[in-house]
Amino acid sequence: MVLKERPVLMVDFWFLYIWPVAWIVIKIVAIIIPVMLSVAYLTLAERKVIGSMQLRKGPNVVGPFGLLQPIADGLKLFLKETIIPSGANRGVFILAPCVTFVLALVAWAVIPFDEGMVLADINVGILYLFAISSLGVYGILMAGWASNSMYAFLGALRSAAQMVSYEVAMGFIIITVLMCVGSLNLTDIVMAQKTVWFVIPLFPMAVIFFISTLAETNRHPFDMPEAEAELVAGYNVEYSAMTFALFFLGEYANMILMSGMTSVLFLGGWLPPFDIAPFNWIPGPIWFALKIAFCLFIFIWVRATFPRYRYDQLMRLGWKVFLPLSLAAVVIVAGVLVAFDLAPQV
Amino acid sequence: MSFVRRGIGSVFLKELVVGMSLTLRYFFRPKVTVNYPYEKGPLSPRFRGEHALRRYPNGEERCIACKLCEAICPAQAITIEAEPRDDGSRRTTRYDIDMVKCIYCGFCQEACPVDAIVEGPNFEFAAETREELLYDKDKLLANGDRWETELGQRIAADAPYR
Repeated sequence: MVLKERPVLMVDFWFLYIWPVAWIVIKIVAIIIPVMLSVAYLTLAERKVIGSMQLRKGPNVVGPFGLLQPIADGLKLFLKETIIPSGANRGVFILAPCVTFVLALVAWAVIPFDEGMVLADINVGILYLFAISSLGVYGILMAGWASNSMYAFLGALRSAAQMVSYEVAMGFIIITVLMCVGSLNLTDIVMAQKTVWFVIPLFPMAVIFFISTLAETNRHPFDMPEAEAELVAGYNVEYSAMTFALFFLGEYANMILMSGMTSVLFLGGWLPPFDIAPFNWIPGPIWFALKIAFCLFIFIWVRATFPRYRYDQLMRLGWKVFLPLSLAAVVIVAGVLVAFDLAPQV
Repeated sequence: MSFVRRGIGSVFLKELVVGMSLTLRYFFRPKVTVNYPYEKGPLSPRFRGEHALRRYPNGEERCIACKLCEAICPAQAITIEAEPRDDGSRRTTRYDIDMVKCIYCGFCQEACPVDAIVEGPNFEFAAETREELLYDKDKLLANGDRWETELGQRIAADAPYR
């Protein structure tokens, strides 16, 4: 035994255990803080953009241009009382928002911000992302069940059905992308878009994918789970203060995550649009952030434009339109790749 | 052929694109927001807001206690008591308006033969208790003194249409 020959020094302990853990924690903090800040300012951006589209100004009183509004909102939610309904299952009721929030954050582990700038460069990154976003339904189901309220329960049921339906189409669309890349690693997926972003050859798939992400994040026009006109607030009707805030943060972090996923799969991640002088001076993470911001703008734009789908229409769109279309997309893309010998050599 | 055109339209999501281009055009339009506490919308000279009792330029109160306003008030919000003053002129000793009962119909200022009771341009007199909204004569006269410039302008602006 080699280790027996000299005593374990404090230096070894430091380099073997403490420093790697500390380094990962630093990286996690470096990801989570910008994500939380963007969540805060996404709420402001949403109110501003929707306001503009409705010819209003949006929040402009708290701070210059309302820039302190998210902080005021957060502080308000923080200071409110957390109410737990007497009929609720306390443990699950508290756990549900935590699950939603944590799941929205852990998915960021595999998102590449630049070449090599990724917390966990795993080879099944896209599967991991897909799995985590599918798990998101558990938080909502737990909330709906633990609230012991009809509205919350109906919202949760709708959410479960909706997320399951649209994941099918999303999965097939992801398969078309994977066929073009030949790898499940997100860095490889981005690098495969060096010549052309996948949004150009796979445009219809990108549209279907984006619409599915709208449904997946329970955003307008597919916000059935919290359709306020029908279900008051859906699954989060019984929640208040920080438990509500966690749901809210989770929902918006999920939006950003889904935009990041769309950017990685179709908009070339951190790659500049053209690999020439003025564009490739800008560092990759900034391109990535710009693409996420663009997707988020479309999220909000869609919200400001379309009325809510009826529930049966939502199901019809998922199963009778998107499922066959995405299946056909898989067959067509595979056929084209084989016929013209474009398939990546792995 | 219409079904072909409709089919093409739905494949290329024509309606969605049209809708989204409309909202995008609105996104760049000038905003119509009036920043309320700092900016206010225009008010008609006939706007019926908070009541005021006016005075003549020499400081004498206009009200002659004819009680026409009390009689016409459909909500019976006005209470007047009157007796002759030392100089023999007839004046009110009590002129109360219950601003909670008042329906702001403006009949009192229509009925007034001397333009004493008027409804002014002020609509920001919300209070935290009911008692603050039970106006007495002093409060109404104070309102009159405070708003006299605007009240005079409003009556002058509306005069050609009467």
